[in-house]
Amino acid sequence: MEFTALLLSRLQFAFTISFHIIFPSFSIGLAAWLTVLEALHLWTGRPVYRLVFEFWLKIFGVAFGLGVVSGIVMGFQFGTNWSEFAGMAGSIQGVLLSYETFTAFFLEASFFGILLFGRSRVPPWFYLFSTAMVALGTTLSAFWIMANNSWMQVPVGYAVENGKFVPNDWLAILFNGVAWVRFPHMLLASYLTGAFCVAATGAWYLLRGEFHAEARIMLRMGLFLGAVLVPVQLFFGHLVGDYVHDKQPVKFAAIEGRWHDEQPASEVLIAIPDPATETNHYAISVPILGSLIGSMSFTSKEVGLTDFPPQNRPPMLIPFFAFRIMVGCGFAMLFLAWYGSYLSVTERIGEKRWMLWLIFLGFPLPWIAILTGWFTAEVGRQPWVVYGVLRTADAVTPFLTAPTALVSLLVYCVVYSFIFTFGTYYVHRLLRAGPAGSLVEPPAAAIPNRPMSVAAEHHLTPTARRLATGE
Amino acid sequence: MVIFWVAILAVSILLYVLLDGFDLGVGILFGTTGDEQRRHAMLSAVAPMWDGNETWLVVAGVILWGAFPPVYATLFSAFYLPLLLMLAGLILRGVAFEYRYKTERMRWIWDAGFAGGSLVAAFMQGMTVGALVEGLPLSNGHYTGGEFGWFSLFAVLCGVGLCLGYALLGACWLVRKCEGDVREEAYRLIPYLAVGLLAFLVVVFAYALAEHLQVMHRWLERPYLFVFPAIGVIAALVAAESVRSRRDGVPYYMVALIFAAAFGTLAISFWPYMIPFSITIQEAAAPHSSLAFMFWGEGLFVFPLMLLYTVISYSVFRGKVRPTAGHY
Repeated sequence: MEFTALLLSRLQFAFTISFHIIFPSFSIGLAAWLTVLEALHLWTGRPVYRLVFEFWLKIFGVAFGLGVVSGIVMGFQFGTNWSEFAGMAGSIQGVLLSYETFTAFFLEASFFGILLFGRSRVPPWFYLFSTAMVALGTTLSAFWIMANNSWMQVPVGYAVENGKFVPNDWLAILFNGVAWVRFPHMLLASYLTGAFCVAATGAWYLLRGEFHAEARIMLRMGLFLGAVLVPVQLFFGHLVGDYVHDKQPVKFAAIEGRWHDEQPASEVLIAIPDPATETNHYAISVPILGSLIGSMSFTSKEVGLTDFPPQNRPPMLIPFFAFRIMVGCGFAMLFLAWYGSYLSVTERIGEKRWMLWLIFLGFPLPWIAILTGWFTAEVGRQPWVVYGVLRTADAVTPFLTAPTALVSLLVYCVVYSFIFTFGTYYVHRLLRAGPAGSLVEPPAAAIPNRPMSVAAEHHLTPTARRLATGE
Repeated sequence: MVIFWVAILAVSILLYVLLDGFDLGVGILFGTTGDEQRRHAMLSAVAPMWDGNETWLVVAGVILWGAFPPVYATLFSAFYLPLLLMLAGLILRGVAFEYRYKTERMRWIWDAGFAGGSLVAAFMQGMTVGALVEGLPLSNGHYTGGEFGWFSLFAVLCGVGLCLGYALLGACWLVRKCEGDVREEAYRLIPYLAVGLLAFLVVVFAYALAEHLQVMHRWLERPYLFVFPAIGVIAALVAAESVRSRRDGVPYYMVALIFAAAFGTLAISFWPYMIPFSITIQEAAAPHSSLAFMFWGEGLFVFPLMLLYTVISYSVFRGKVRPTAGHY
């Protein structure tokens, strides 16, 4: 494989956006969870909800901060590396992205400040309202991004004039059916990220024998939420599959590992596809299931990759395997959530240490699922950047040279690893310290535009902490 | 509609320069002292605002993409390496605000990142503006200069100039927000920075004359443009007087006015071009349907709210930073 400017630009985009998505997916879920906690606190008046809220607010601050920092790069990259795309599609993509920035900036600026240090200055209902507004802001952000990306998957509401996209139907762009199944899919994925991280933290504390009251709440809420949402997510995943089946048949065939037309089609569960011979090795398939999944029929004909000329096919292995990893993570989460919830309801989860270990170690599952899901969607869209209209190869900055692209890729790798290592270390320290008992006292440091500062630790000794939590 | 978005873009860029200018400037000055107490005071003077300030850069960037896609595409791809270094600088200095307080042993890394990142970001911004003024190698609206097509003595000069300018803005901000040592030191630095900036302006002007830069012709065609430098000169005189009489609040506004005058000068000498002498505003504008869609939501409602929020947050943090009100 030759490292051209095109390939390096793709790698750079993949790297920076994969790095970026880790944080928003976490903070979208956390913001929603914080809203629930605050509502529960208001409703029941139990201080433990408040304690858990304050604790996760700190983590939220760090995740939010890293998301903002890594997001700045995204806004520039379309111009630096994908100037042809940026020039052609700015009238649609740039507009949607500007809405994302404006909405996020506004809701973040106004309400996040209140969240950080307005507790004593506003009435409780307004504090809850602010929490909900931050959650709404992160949700709207996700919507604009999904509308943006869905337009690249299935472009609608536009005409091409003088080699540029001209939007002629914004309602079609915004209320694109594709966006409205992918947006909930992403939102649910974020909620699951929040839920499983919270449950994993609870399990970790129980394994360490610390913070019992808080840990049980985290574990229960996380697992219960997961138990409800994972099935819904699987359903939305199926809907996303439907749109791929109808609108992007070649991507669908790649995901399915189907080389040739079949009627009725079988479903390849797992195999090692061989693009050279256009066959699958060691395939385990279920007859007819392919037609059932693809068209809800026992007899339908499903198309294979070889129906499409090679230059219009995506690189097949990545969507094929990424999709299976994503689904695997989904079922693993379903098991953890259902069995964990069952144990939790029957009050036996404390005895099953292996299950606590699984839940604890399962915290990366939702992230892996999100990343592999995006790999499936994005690599599966290749060789197009705007599906069926603009090829990725024609979108790259025409005069970009490989050495230059390599330099930028390396710089981003170094800088991101650097700040990510410290960020992770820092979140780890916060999690280790646990929900400290020091309530109220909004950190003197916190200011609206500095989310990360809220996480400045209260240097409490373990004894003081236990006293404060009443253990 | 096009004019509306040009105006919004201009306001966003100017706000970015005036606001992030002072915190980048403080970052540059941060490297001139090793004293922890002073460093802490300097950080405290900008800590509540820097993140919000930087957001204006992103706002300007996305407006440029949505409303003037060809300009976004041409400039950002032409300035590939400078933008890369600017972003790396901004990221490093951004996280340094938080990370430096988490460690004693490795604080020097983050401090170096803060000062170095600020300096690099400021330099790159100045250099890109310089390259724009001098004129980018373009043909048919496409950049043809290669990796270093933006590089020239003039561009480097402008990079140095903006570092001096931001440092001056930063020093005036410190005078405004700090007391004691930091304020005294800032007052001591202001004349040097100001003289340096003046020298830079003279050199730039001479260079532009000597090289017959196209921008100069516009000046000779439109003598009324000299109203902007005149405003700048008056602001400079008021600033000098206020520094002499130690009126802490005034210098920042005066230097900001100088910056605004310089910005106005540049903007109007470019007019009606967006990338000088190659792409005009009308040519660059996105289709009406895009501009209108942006106008009815973010332009009409969100943008005014953002301005309002900026004013409110600055008024919350007005006044001197109290030495006792440490952040950590």
